[in-house]
Amino acid sequence: MTRAANQGEPAPDFELQTSAGDRLALRSLRGAPVILAFYPADWSPVCGDQMALYNEVLPEFERYGARLLGISVDGMWCHRAFAENRKLRFPLLVDFEPKGDVARRYGVYRPGDGTSERALFVIDAAGVIRWRYVSPIAVNPGADGILEALEAIHAEVAP
Amino acid sequence: MSRRAHVVQLTEPVSDRDHSVGPSDAPLTLLEYGDYECPYCGRAFPIVQDVRRRLGDQLRFVFRNFPLTQIHEHAEHAAEVAEAAAAQGRFWPMHDWLFPHQFALDDEALLEGAQDLKLDVERVRRELANGTYRSRVRADFSTGIKSGVNGTPTFYINGVRHDGDFSADTLMAALGEALHSSGVKHA
Repeated sequence: MTRAANQGEPAPDFELQTSAGDRLALRSLRGAPVILAFYPADWSPVCGDQMALYNEVLPEFERYGARLLGISVDGMWCHRAFAENRKLRFPLLVDFEPKGDVARRYGVYRPGDGTSERALFVIDAAGVIRWRYVSPIAVNPGADGILEALEAIHAEVAP
Repeated sequence: MSRRAHVVQLTEPVSDRDHSVGPSDAPLTLLEYGDYECPYCGRAFPIVQDVRRRLGDQLRFVFRNFPLTQIHEHAEHAAEVAEAAAAQGRFWPMHDWLFPHQFALDDEALLEGAQDLKLDVERVRRELANGTYRSRVRADFSTGIKSGVNGTPTFYINGVRHDGDFSADTLMAALGEALHSSGVKHA
């Protein structure tokens, strides 16, 4: 098991397939903050689950110029159906093959469950992890921590 | 910035701008961020009513809007209609009407609801069309986000997010605990 990716360290790069079927490399997003939201699985049985909530809050993230990426071990077709059902306006990344590889590199894989943790990473425009939070697996962490982290980054850039 | 503690607190205290029912000095305040079109909020509605009955004057209940507009197409207008009713002094009757009618909440149905409650329907229609209460609903949503609302419904008990389920037993147990720690004896 590799060690966890921590605050203040460069975010491990990756290139993954997205729910839209194209490929996305983290390094291609340099120049703006990135929110990487690991979640255990598509189709959790609540309204306003984590991804649906972020879909609502997206305009607030965008005020900071931030890009939001959801990521789980689900396959592309599963992601696509989920994204269409929830009308998600941001990409879901397919951490499916090798399964959970990116989650492992960020230190948020749960080997017993075969899913990732519910973990949030806020990465700044230079590709450095500025905030990470691992939520209790059953508790949707909301969006407040993400917004605080984006605000802190923004305050530095434009004091 | 360090990892947050697991206790998540309400950032916007209850004030005069809120819709509340029950004594303002009650030892317990149960606050809900909810969406009138959300089936889980619909399920929570009779449970909250039950809890309110059981706790009587020991409980103040507060409701704030958190419409999930991307997945519930009528949620925004439903919230605005509740605010329009509030402007006519009828927030709670409208609140109590909306949840049992959550399967049909298009504008026509909302205005029928306003009619049933003997509101000035033309005023409600105009205010809906003008988005008179849109900013009020957004403001509620925004305080919810800052307070760590993580879906609907999200409850706070005396300003602390309730992370358990919302069955009557779980809510009563959590409220009982809060009452105990607030130092007030059971009546």
